[in-house]
Amino acid sequence: MIEVKDLKKGFGGDELVLKGISTKFEKGKTNLIIGQSGSGKTVFLKCLLGLFRPTEGRIVYDGEAYSDLSSEKQRTLREQMGMVFQGSALFDSMTVEENIMFPLKMFTKQRKAERRERANEVIKRVNLINANNKLPSEISGGMQKRVAIARAIVNNPKYLFCDEPNSGLDPRTATLIDNLVQEITHEYDITTIINTHDMNSVMEIGEKIVFLQKGHLAWEGSKDTIFRTDNEDVTNFVYSSDLFKKVREAVIKEHQ
Amino acid sequence: MGYLKEIGAYFMMIKGVFIKPTKTSVLRNLILKEIDDLIIGSLGIVCFISFFVGGVVAIQTALNMDNPILPKSLIGFASRQSIILEFAPTFISIIMAGKVGSFITSSIGTMRVTEQIDALEVMGINSLNYLVFPKIIAMLFYPFVIAIAMFLGIVGGYAASVLGGFATGDQFIQGLQEDFVPFQLVYAFIKTFIFALLLATIPSYFGYYMKGGALEVGKASTTSFVWTSVFIILSNYLITQLLLS
Repeated sequence: MIEVKDLKKGFGGDELVLKGISTKFEKGKTNLIIGQSGSGKTVFLKCLLGLFRPTEGRIVYDGEAYSDLSSEKQRTLREQMGMVFQGSALFDSMTVEENIMFPLKMFTKQRKAERRERANEVIKRVNLINANNKLPSEISGGMQKRVAIARAIVNNPKYLFCDEPNSGLDPRTATLIDNLVQEITHEYDITTIINTHDMNSVMEIGEKIVFLQKGHLAWEGSKDTIFRTDNEDVTNFVYSSDLFKKVREAVIKEHQ
Repeated sequence: MGYLKEIGAYFMMIKGVFIKPTKTSVLRNLILKEIDDLIIGSLGIVCFISFFVGGVVAIQTALNMDNPILPKSLIGFASRQSIILEFAPTFISIIMAGKVGSFITSSIGTMRVTEQIDALEVMGINSLNYLVFPKIIAMLFYPFVIAIAMFLGIVGGYAASVLGGFATGDQFIQGLQEDFVPFQLVYAFIKTFIFALLLATIPSYFGYYMKGGALEVGKASTTSFVWTSVFIILSNYLITQLLLS
């Protein structure tokens, strides 16, 4: 579980990007951070990853506050994090298999054969077929996302972070990637936090949803409650598309 | 004030390169790859340029010797001095700032743009050590490149003098051996070593701290070439003043 306590983050100017966020992200659930562009989602995620140091507030990972840890322990904690970047961030010069084996090579004492065996297990898990020896530039966007997920989970992380994991993908592949992330979260019992503005993802896998608005936590709930909320900021965001206006009407009718 | 901030950030980067080292077995492979990319990969162009510029230096010297009293061996002497003192260490380093420097800036810059550096950081890897340290170690082999440039420059001068009929082989070799001061070689290699460190670190700085997209990678490569050249020229002046004057 990750607990965020009154998190504030600024970059030297008067204006704070994150203006005091407090929430909890539970283990074994897909936690979604949603909000409009510029709402502070990416900064929030980078704070959770330890890439940005909070201006104020604390982030507690299973009882241990990141800021209280020694640099050695912070490094160990980082090794327990897996991250799927928006653009996949695969290493260009390495093959798919080498990309996936990379965290094992860096942080374990496993022999090459053992690393390869583990890599192949996760390759199978994310349904990557005949791609082991290909370079990232030789595979499709959807496959790159699968490789990124495989790399993120190969070292059995406790926390999985995804920054818009289905951006740039066709709707079918996007749904497959969303479902894969959710399945892995349940299967490995990890704390997963996904940064997205895709309402399809919200409907598919939003077990917990945190809505950010101008650096504030404006609302939190789940995919079951988001269509029934009266929070004006959330409704303005969710129903900016006609499709979701119709979904809401249907949900309300169903509950009457 | 902005320049002071940049210089401060550069030295902070250098400090960051030497803390939290990457696993030795991983570093060894990275260093070998960088030696291949930065040193072996540069030998072709360095050999080509050195041979022909050495020849041009000899021809220019011969054509400017109007006075018949001047001995022909002076062509060999002047070629040796020009090549060892300036052409090989400084001129080749400026070329390397374009070739190696641009390669370093664009490769690290592309990793920044495509979030590969963030991926390393998230994994708890010191990305500066992982990316820049192998380049610094690889560039320690740079004096060998300059030694080859010196040798081929002189061979080029010899070939141009003899084939062009400006001096005989014996006259050229006699000139090469005249008034040889071994410290001048030491001076040339001291400055080569300093240029190697500049060539590895300044382009890395511009790549690592770049912001933006593909267009900015191109701009960063150009800026890196300009500043690497400026610092090579400035340090050349300072080292010459300190060691030879």
